[in-house]
Amino acid sequence: MSCELTQRFIPGYMDGELDLVRTIEMEMHVKRCAACAQKLENQRELRAALWRSSLAYAAPAVLRDRIQSSLRVSSGVGIQERPFKSPSLPIWQWAGAVAVLALFSLTGWQLTARHSRDQRIAGEVFSSHVRSLEANHLMDVVSTDQHTVKPWFDAKLDFSPPVEDLANNGFPLVGGRLDYLEGREVAALVYQRREHMINVFVWPNPTGSKAAQAIESRQGYNIMRWSHGGFQCWAVSDVAPSDLAEFVRLLETYNSSESN
Amino acid sequence: MSDTARRERFEQTVLPHLDAAYNLARWLTRNDQDAQDVTQEACLRAFRFFDGYQGGNMRSWLLTILRNTCYTWLHQNRRADSIEEFNEEIHSSQISGSADPEIQVLASADKETLNRALEDLPDMFREALVLREMEGMSYQEIADVTSVSLGTVMSRLARARTRLRQSLSVELSRGY
Repeated sequence: MSCELTQRFIPGYMDGELDLVRTIEMEMHVKRCAACAQKLENQRELRAALWRSSLAYAAPAVLRDRIQSSLRVSSGVGIQERPFKSPSLPIWQWAGAVAVLALFSLTGWQLTARHSRDQRIAGEVFSSHVRSLEANHLMDVVSTDQHTVKPWFDAKLDFSPPVEDLANNGFPLVGGRLDYLEGREVAALVYQRREHMINVFVWPNPTGSKAAQAIESRQGYNIMRWSHGGFQCWAVSDVAPSDLAEFVRLLETYNSSESN
Repeated sequence: MSDTARRERFEQTVLPHLDAAYNLARWLTRNDQDAQDVTQEACLRAFRFFDGYQGGNMRSWLLTILRNTCYTWLHQNRRADSIEEFNEEIHSSQISGSADPEIQVLASADKETLNRALEDLPDMFREALVLREMEGMSYQEIADVTSVSLGTVMSRLARARTRLRQSLSVELSRGY
């Protein structure tokens, strides 16, 4: 093996990535060639210096805790597995309670299912929004141009979300990203209202149009949902409720003028 | 799978690689707090996409997500300096014919100097070295995580090592 080839293979040799034949050739060559042996020695010394200094960082314990508790929040455990005290009721009172519950669930189960689904999505929307702000992961595509953002989504999703810039109305579009709600990938559009961010989550929902409705507010964030043109949309922000309602009304107007 | 079972499975299979994830994030962001934020974000993303995980190398899978999260973050929050390409001529001219004294230079390099030299490498060189020397990853694993070919991994590692040796020589010759 030539010196040139040997020196080219030194890293692969050190990293154990050469095949057996080359490895043997290398070893034979450096036994005979002082220059190549020196180069190999330099590389080894570099590695030894790196290893000696043990430069790798271990994850701080506080980070591990933070991650575990946010996993609990995002899998809903914090809400669902709240321990409860079992009340000490006589058996006949239990039976009565069960009967009342059964009656409730018979009459109201459809309503409850709908309601709890909305609540669950609202929870996911809320935590996605907070996470997007906290971890500086607001946008995958940064653009104020709807003609940039829309094709970006089209290439990444199996649906094509409506994208409107509302800059003229005081809600400029600033970007978009992929997010995950309801067990599927969704489009997240990011708008700005002065210093406040608005996340709009959009995914297909063929069950017809539904007028905008405020779902809830928690910890200073307001959430609204609506359906239009085969899409389900959720908006979340810490702007004033009236601003969010105005924003949603504008989006609805634009979207319907576009689809008509 | 229930939410709890899913979370437990995630914690058992993914969290053992938290050190590797944090280490890469720490070397890419060069800052503890940022590294923590990025690692947390990446873990939550991994959790959301956990159902799509097809088996295979869990550490590579996690580090791929971590790396993407990291670069998105760097792109939004940082400086162009790390994206700046290495200028071979400028940097190479700083050292004069380094030969055998190199061994002594390397042998005397302390942790702080090494740290600084490594931090000064461009991102793509630094990440290749971190994955190779600290995580002990194979070329194939590094290629998977960084989405480049095996050939590119090899040339990045070679250039990273050359550059590291050069900047150590410069750094240490300044002090003596």
